[in-house]
Amino acid sequence: MTNLVILPILIPLLTGVILLFIPKNIPFQKILSLISGLSLISVNIFLILNILNNGIQTLELGGWQPPFGIVLVGDMLAVLLVTTTSTVSLAVLLFSFYSIGAEREKFYYYPFYQFLITGVIGAFLTGDIFNLFVFFEVMLIASYILIVHGGTKVQLRESFKYVLVNIISSALFVIGVAYLYAVTGTLNMAHLSERIGSLETGAPILTVIAVLFLIVFGLKGALFPLYFWLPASYAAPPSAIAAIFGALLTKVGIYSIFRTYSIVFIHDTGYTHQILAVLAAITMLAGVIGAIAHQDVKKILVYNVIVAVGFVLFGVATLTEAGFMGAIYYLIHDMVIKGALFLMIGAMVVVAGTSHLKEMSGLIKHHPKLGWMFFTATMALVGVPPLSGFIGKLLLVQGGVDSGQYWIVAVMMLTSLLVMYSMIRIFLNGFYGKIILKEADQYGTTKGLLFPCAILVAVSVFLGLGAQALYPLVATAAETLLQPEIYIDAVLKE
Amino acid sequence: MEILMSILAGILFMAGTYMVLSKNMIRIIIGTAIISHGAHVLLLTMAGLKTGAPPLLGLKASTYTDPLPQALILTAIVISFGVTSFFIVLGYRAYKETGTDDTEKLRGTDSYD
Repeated sequence: MTNLVILPILIPLLTGVILLFIPKNIPFQKILSLISGLSLISVNIFLILNILNNGIQTLELGGWQPPFGIVLVGDMLAVLLVTTTSTVSLAVLLFSFYSIGAEREKFYYYPFYQFLITGVIGAFLTGDIFNLFVFFEVMLIASYILIVHGGTKVQLRESFKYVLVNIISSALFVIGVAYLYAVTGTLNMAHLSERIGSLETGAPILTVIAVLFLIVFGLKGALFPLYFWLPASYAAPPSAIAAIFGALLTKVGIYSIFRTYSIVFIHDTGYTHQILAVLAAITMLAGVIGAIAHQDVKKILVYNVIVAVGFVLFGVATLTEAGFMGAIYYLIHDMVIKGALFLMIGAMVVVAGTSHLKEMSGLIKHHPKLGWMFFTATMALVGVPPLSGFIGKLLLVQGGVDSGQYWIVAVMMLTSLLVMYSMIRIFLNGFYGKIILKEADQYGTTKGLLFPCAILVAVSVFLGLGAQALYPLVATAAETLLQPEIYIDAVLKE
Repeated sequence: MEILMSILAGILFMAGTYMVLSKNMIRIIIGTAIISHGAHVLLLTMAGLKTGAPPLLGLKASTYTDPLPQALILTAIVISFGVTSFFIVLGYRAYKETGTDDTEKLRGTDSYD
């Protein structure tokens, strides 16, 4: 037991609270947010090293022994995702310094940004399913505010639906928690895993609860057929906010499915995980069809978020070591690369003054750095070796073959090609081609916008080239998920 | 008593779903509030209603009522209260800005307004 695990939650929370008290002092707000982001990353690196040496770190809040109290669990999967979250959030923060605009900054943009990060990180670290609900709500309320922040017509229109969908799914979450508590009498994930493991086989009510949780998390994580709300609402807010949403919010839903479907609901895998695998395959296809169909660069990218959901959840559904490792690796890769691509699309829209692909062309002439960075990120997204997407996809394919689900592997391959097509189209139409905008006619500058994109692209390249360094961490994370006993022992037996 | 509470939760879900499916913004908002209340009633019922003495140790009772659902429901009520009030303000702003409270007219189009 160590107090270190709560620091990643406390740092953004306290920063957000302090920022609330200085709404007028924008420069100070920026500096404090920056310091908070940097300290978050350093704390996380320290935590990773600590877990590698000493195993899973837990913290019993208020000194209440689990399963009675809420417990924070820093296992390798959670901390890897928290580290990625803090990296992406720092880069997006830098981007919003230059792009979010003075009006939004005055109305508490930075505090709510910090609260959003608090919710995301809390959801990764908690070991209690009701506490997961609470952190979901912290994250969602901050996201409601950010998605409507600025109050333009299109934002108000789309955020109404976004809020509605999320309130309904929160109500379903409470219902799921109620059923789970009625059947098992506990809400601690380790204790749940133990209780469900000791139940006699074929408890059908648990399968119902598992599917109910799949619906709840699928709504947040944009799983087919529950992703209908995502494209419009993610394309509405400014690029910085869209980037943090695309990179982090759906990933929390995916993480929750990952956690519950690997540690808690493992009593009837033939049924529940088969549903998950089929839905993941359809999600890939549906997402990529949307990506090809649209001409709006933001929409193309938003549909690519949905494709990644399918990839990761297929890895979860295989229930093999390679599949799990691939899912973890792809999840980390996708958080970084989606953040980078959203930011670069944002810079493109700033320069071209439109998000419609047909009205932009030849941007690479005046913005070669942006153009080639975008190309690199696209290659990383589709998984051209040695960039970061390749290793994740390789492991996912291996996991799929190990578990004998060949047709889904085939769907994955096909989808990857189509993702490549949809993204290369942006590159060829938007960056290459006839130059229609002179330097003087452009609608804005990329001053300050390229640096944060460069950070994320560099991280992505590192994830590919430095796979050797990352491999043991991912292997540890997958091991914990494959053998729930490790998790149970760490939480329940001190 | 549990049966009665379950039926009540069912009625709340039914009424809430009916309200959410309408086109009027304020009806939808009230509908979400009712669905949340249904979920809270269900949460309280699922853990079993009064099965013993109040959960205060030292009363020398043989059984105690489970205090956990009450802690959970309290948290959930506070959250749903906050979200509902936010949602009402959002609905009002959307009405002021777009000039309509009919969700049919709030459909997204592919124009870039």
